[in-house]
Amino acid sequence: MLELTFKGGKAYYGWVLALLATIGAGFALYLWQLDFGLGITGMSRDVSWGFYIANFTYLVGVAAGGVMVVLPYYLHDYKAYGRITVLGEFLAIAAIVMCLSFIIADLGQPMRALNVLLYPTPNSILFWDMIVLNGYLFLNLVIGWNVLEAERNGTKYQQWLKPFIYLSIPWAISIHTVTAYLYCGMPGRHFWLTAILAPRFLSSAFAAGPALLIVMCLFIRKFTNFDPGKEQIQTLAKTVAYAIVINVFFFLCEIFVAFYSNIPGHMDHIKYLFVGLHGHGVMVPWMWASMILMVLGIILTVNPATRRNESTLLVGCLVIILGTWIDKALGMIAGGFVPNPLHEVNEYVPTLPEIGIALGVYALGALVLTLFYKMAISVKEEVRA
Amino acid sequence: MESRRSFLKVAGVAALGLGTTPALKAVAASGEAGGGAPQPQVKKGAKALTAKQWAMVIDTRKLQTAADVEPLIEACNKIHNVPHFNNKNHEIKWIWETEFKHAFPDKSNSFLNESVEHRPFPVLCNHCENPPCVRACPTKATFKRESDGIVLMDFHRCIGCRFCMVACPYGARSFNFRDPKPFIKEMNRKFPHRMKGVVEKCNFCAERLAVGEMPACVEASQGAIAFGDLYDPHSPVRELLKENFTIRRKQVLGTEPSVYYIV
Repeated sequence: MLELTFKGGKAYYGWVLALLATIGAGFALYLWQLDFGLGITGMSRDVSWGFYIANFTYLVGVAAGGVMVVLPYYLHDYKAYGRITVLGEFLAIAAIVMCLSFIIADLGQPMRALNVLLYPTPNSILFWDMIVLNGYLFLNLVIGWNVLEAERNGTKYQQWLKPFIYLSIPWAISIHTVTAYLYCGMPGRHFWLTAILAPRFLSSAFAAGPALLIVMCLFIRKFTNFDPGKEQIQTLAKTVAYAIVINVFFFLCEIFVAFYSNIPGHMDHIKYLFVGLHGHGVMVPWMWASMILMVLGIILTVNPATRRNESTLLVGCLVIILGTWIDKALGMIAGGFVPNPLHEVNEYVPTLPEIGIALGVYALGALVLTLFYKMAISVKEEVRA
Repeated sequence: MESRRSFLKVAGVAALGLGTTPALKAVAASGEAGGGAPQPQVKKGAKALTAKQWAMVIDTRKLQTAADVEPLIEACNKIHNVPHFNNKNHEIKWIWETEFKHAFPDKSNSFLNESVEHRPFPVLCNHCENPPCVRACPTKATFKRESDGIVLMDFHRCIGCRFCMVACPYGARSFNFRDPKPFIKEMNRKFPHRMKGVVEKCNFCAERLAVGEMPACVEASQGAIAFGDLYDPHSPVRELLKENFTIRRKQVLGTEPSVYYIV
């Protein structure tokens, strides 16, 4: 099926070239980082994880979000999703490719990355994260590819795929649970030390992932001859609506626990994010923007009129994608590291090269997504022609 | 019997964690042991100081001013090739001084004894008995040495993921954000300098204990810091703990720090 990715118009080739150029630029910056060290980033002794791990965390959510079309189709036999499950699976593949790239970009000694396999350490959550992320990539590649090929050949997918498909559902939950465990098992990091972190991650994932999928579906309908379907988009929108409401609810639970208990260690990180601490507050406008965007997202997706109208739904999805990104990527890192364990405030702002490398990774993900979606849509157009 | 049991353990873990080279090596080594061949062992030096769990008691009453603390920080930095950066983001710290409210953020009162409020508190790796950093490390590059409880780093295995820095509740770990070599004033050839991209921290002067010397900061402290075996009831550390009320940093987290403070 790969040959399908070579057949495209000028716009398609132009887009692919633009992505390749961005990847190239990002890679050049990465070579600089490789030479100089991570000192070209804004990270420090106190904020030892930054933009890379922030985006990694967010994208694990996007990858897990794909399960929101896989689960209803395969477990509840919700037939309408048959048209778009492969879009969910391929979105997951692109997201995982970005996650793994962000991890590599974040390593101080990337040539030693395989030490994780060479000296397997089951007590480290990072070891398990490596297993679940690569496993999820493998599952989605095998499932997505074979199901799409079967569709192209006009047959049903192979029987042996079934167990893999069922496995992929809890596996999707596991990737984001394990990623949350990276954070919430750390003693002395009060912002993360909360049992609700994994559920919070999952709820924002199930909002952001399907929201991105809706945006993709609307795009595909407009620019290709394949229509993912009105019903499909509307059902996804309901998933987004529930998930974003639950996400904000979970966040409010955190606020209640921190401020009603009045424990300084718990309150200070949230104060830093939303009102600033000891005169430091670069995150304040971002966090309020995130809250406003998520509330706007709730209004637009919960209200039936704006949900059914695909233009307002598109706006709703975009604000949810942006709002959850600020909340989970930027806020999760900054809030966790500031103030530091000695209760000193040292803020973090990513540098331009750091952002450039991240853009390169996003371009890589966009390229993977473009090629896989091109393949999927070409097959669907072929079958329906 | 014991070696066979540990062999089975290793084999089980290896089967679980994808059979890889070291796991295979471990299997091979145990096989030899079964045949009577001796296992490779690291021998102690004749003068080496040993303990079950090294521990430190810092009498902060004897370290009233910055001038009292700086020599011991200086001694450590010099011996361990700790670089000096002007960019605060790239800072490397093994032992450094801070205020009481930062060393003990959960024990600080609004109205504090003036002497304590202004006293410089030396802080360093606590060589915890339950170190969260060791739990977090995905490659065992940081580990708790079973023979004496020191939390050590293998600078050649560290992949620079900085998970240990996230896990440490004491901010005791530093990362080489760039090549430290140009920023080391005077190179001590007896101790390795680090490369960019790896994490480092205080090692309780394991290299000095191995040749019968006390840690550099202890030596430079003129009696303000005692060092000894926590599990030897007659060690200088235990004597001090018996006679003085001591506190440890963030005891509530259950990490069991091995550095005690007399205030």
